[in-house]
Amino acid sequence: MRWIANVVFRLRAILAPGRMEQELDDEMAFHLEMEARKLVERGMTEEEARLHAQRNFGRMLRNKEKAREAWGIGLVQDLRADARFTLRGLRRSPVFAVVAILTLGLGIGGTTAIFSVLNGVVLKPLPFPNPRQLVAVHHTMPAIGADETPLSPAMYLTFREHSRTLDDIGVWRRRPVTVTGLAEPQQVDAAEVTEGLFPVLGVSPILGRGYHEEDVAPGSTYPVILSQGYWVRRFGSDPDVLGRTIRIDGNELTIIGVMPGGLRLGRMKPELFLPLVFNRANTGVGNFSFPGIARLRPDVTPEEANRDLDRMTVLATEEYPGIPLADLEARRFSTFVRPLKQDVVGGARTVLWIVFGTVGLVLLVACTNVANLFLVRAETRQRDVALRSAMGASQGRLARQFITESTVIGMLGGCAGLLLAFGGNRLLLHMAPPNLPRLEEIGLDPAVLSFALGVSLLAGLLFGTIPVLRHRRGGLAESLKEGGRGTGSSRRWFRLRSFFAMSQVALVLVLLIGSGLMIRTFQALRSVPPGFQRPEEVLTLRLSVPSSEARTADDAARTHQQILEQIRQIPGVTSVGAAGSVAMDGWESWEDVEVEGFPPRPGEAAVHRRLNWITPGYFATLENPLLAGRAIEWEDAYGRRPVAVVTENFAREFWGDPVEAVGRRFRTAANSPWREIVGVVQNVHTTGVAETPPSVIYWPLIMEGMWGISTFTIRDLRYAIRTSRPDPTTLLPETRRAVWRVNPNLPLSQILTLDDILANSMARTSFTLVMLAIAAGVALILGVVGVYGVLSYLVAQRTREMGVRLALGARPADVRRMVVRRGGVLGVVGVVVGLGAAVGLTHLMSALLFGVSPVDPLTYGAVAAALMGVVLLASYIPARRAAGVDPTEALRWE
Amino acid sequence: MGKQKPDMIKGTLDMLILKILSLEAMHGWGISERIQQISRNELQVNQGSLYASLHKLTREGWIKSHWRVTENNRRARYYALTRAGEKQLGIEAEHWGRLATAVGQVMATS
Repeated sequence: MRWIANVVFRLRAILAPGRMEQELDDEMAFHLEMEARKLVERGMTEEEARLHAQRNFGRMLRNKEKAREAWGIGLVQDLRADARFTLRGLRRSPVFAVVAILTLGLGIGGTTAIFSVLNGVVLKPLPFPNPRQLVAVHHTMPAIGADETPLSPAMYLTFREHSRTLDDIGVWRRRPVTVTGLAEPQQVDAAEVTEGLFPVLGVSPILGRGYHEEDVAPGSTYPVILSQGYWVRRFGSDPDVLGRTIRIDGNELTIIGVMPGGLRLGRMKPELFLPLVFNRANTGVGNFSFPGIARLRPDVTPEEANRDLDRMTVLATEEYPGIPLADLEARRFSTFVRPLKQDVVGGARTVLWIVFGTVGLVLLVACTNVANLFLVRAETRQRDVALRSAMGASQGRLARQFITESTVIGMLGGCAGLLLAFGGNRLLLHMAPPNLPRLEEIGLDPAVLSFALGVSLLAGLLFGTIPVLRHRRGGLAESLKEGGRGTGSSRRWFRLRSFFAMSQVALVLVLLIGSGLMIRTFQALRSVPPGFQRPEEVLTLRLSVPSSEARTADDAARTHQQILEQIRQIPGVTSVGAAGSVAMDGWESWEDVEVEGFPPRPGEAAVHRRLNWITPGYFATLENPLLAGRAIEWEDAYGRRPVAVVTENFAREFWGDPVEAVGRRFRTAANSPWREIVGVVQNVHTTGVAETPPSVIYWPLIMEGMWGISTFTIRDLRYAIRTSRPDPTTLLPETRRAVWRVNPNLPLSQILTLDDILANSMARTSFTLVMLAIAAGVALILGVVGVYGVLSYLVAQRTREMGVRLALGARPADVRRMVVRRGGVLGVVGVVVGLGAAVGLTHLMSALLFGVSPVDPLTYGAVAAALMGVVLLASYIPARRAAGVDPTEALRWE
Repeated sequence: MGKQKPDMIKGTLDMLILKILSLEAMHGWGISERIQQISRNELQVNQGSLYASLHKLTREGWIKSHWRVTENNRRARYYALTRAGEKQLGIEAEHWGRLATAVGQVMATS
């Protein structure tokens, strides 16, 4: 039971120190009094007794200290004393405290906000069990420029049956569907998945079941699985939803399960899941359009898996028809796996690391400023410290106190930073590119909080070591002698401060150059003619006519034609057209073609061309002018005419001139019909303005013999509507009515202006640009403050010297020049170092640059000159102060 | 400072305090006076060590303290032995006895 007494005693000492102190005081006072009384009894006068007691006062303080030590809470007491001392010190110099805390807060807040995004998007493991075993499986055919393609069904089946390195593999495919009968008709992003996919990922339904073998057997009714989001939105989380049916593309499908929220396939977040079934009898090698996800067996490395899967190429070509082995070898076909997370995160990784590196530099600039503040503070407190040291404070005790102080500042800065990060986080989510994956996983979670805590602690400890180093015992006597006037050792410390200022200039320069390069990139992107004009006038939306609404290809095309005519009659609409894909909206279809008169050379692989299906009015609406021939007409579709319009680069590749191309013929495969080029249009940057525009082939909506299908048609189109109204989105209600006048079961989806589409395709650039610009701006302010601070301090330290100089006849201009020169040297050295660092660092961001070299002389020159100007300006203010020193005042100053 | 007094052997102060308190509850000053008296001024108790010792013994749970009014009508903190303290005193007295005998034997050899 004794330990309880012990704990109670110590707790009391910690929690009620006032009470303990009071009791100790009383006890000691009583003791002294009794002692004095004893002396008086022995014949000492009252006066003598009092003096005796007073002499013993110092001893009493030590005695009390000894008794306190017996409380067994020494460390706690010291910390408390240090913290109290720190807070008192900070209250006494609130400017120092506020500036240091805010500067640190800015740095820590910015870094933490970006870290929260980096953590959520890039660092956090995927939300599946044993995510390290999950890989994305791709084919590559470098000889035809296809670095990575999704899987062929034949390859998938082969992998599944023969692989020794995969636990299992599943494939999927995106499939937009139309849901009718629930409310207004709606286009829904669905995914077809093989029955093995959910077990591979390790996700189980929150309700009902996943797919079984019998669901994908021929003759099954193809049950549907809902995503949690769709279940909540459309069925109000109804637990009795299982067994109900939902009308998808005109078929009544039974709901058998609900998958947990946040389930993504690649970058896609499907609302509905449908079973994906391959009919073994008509599966061949080819049709590379199914993204594959596999789980590696434990202890299997990706390299082993690659070797294993590559072995399957031969097996697949032996077992299935389609592309023969020789052709695959000509394309240098192979299969590779890579961590699934990499596929999900994609290009966001580079951007986020660059932005994180940038704010890291800002944090460094902020820390440099605060370190400078601590240096000044250490200097002004030199005498105070020397005094305390002389009175017996041990080095360790002093060091601990400095570190407590800097840690308190660091933590307060961290708190300010967290507040900032909280706001910054919101802002970032608002600004983030719309295609940034895993947005919902971004937040201030424990990892982010520990990051902020770690940075604050580290910064605090670093700053604490500055005064500790400053006040090593050696300098003690010196500082007492110096009387606070900086000479000797202070010089050395001034040099350190100058070094800090120079580093700041260098860091700021790197950041400014980074944002300068992004601005140049953005300019370059905006100046590329994208293949359409004035995108802000064009409203686009997707509209699909499923076979349940228009059975034949002609019915579907006619429905689209009627809708287009209805839309054209809306007041303010100047032109309207539709296409499978509008500009860079991300809907893609590719095929290689054979041009008449240019027989494919054996062993040489064909080049993929982008395919698009369009209605009349499409080119006119985008204002993509015809260079030769004519556009696609409705009669081309209804009459099944074998015609096409191609882009300029395709025409030039083969015939050198658009006019020459008209009347020439080409085909998509050896057994498909020849098709005639009837027109040539300008190039369009369909893969983003930063990319070389691909050759595009435009087809009528209905074709004969495409991909071996007798009547091929495309029912899912994006409409483009050009208007003279200032805001094209105001067209929406009338457009909806126009569509429903033709057919009330058709959903409108993905409503965007063409400008949105263009902006989205540049979102990565503009996001990086904004982030870099903010970072560089903050760093610039902090850096200027840093340079200004160092020079102001220099002037303050040398006021006397300036006074003497002026008294001896120096002109104010000379003094001014002297200080400005000092700043100039800081600036020049900083700029030179910064230029060197920029050359080394900017190539890291070359993946983000377009139309500008990472060592663009114009950017480097302009930024260096501008920064130099700012540094000189920052030195001019203290210089003017130095020149304005009144000699008599300055000399009387001491 | 007067004539040299023998140093208190480390740790014996705790034992002496426990012994004094086993007679009656006492305040700090009283304890030091009593030790001095009984030892005929051979043992001088340092005030700092005394209170450090008292607080340590309290923390260990061997003694407990309470505030009381003295016969001179002054408030003072009185310390008293606990049950655990009594046991501890027994252990320490026995240790001390053995130690003293041993030291005596060594010193008695000629």
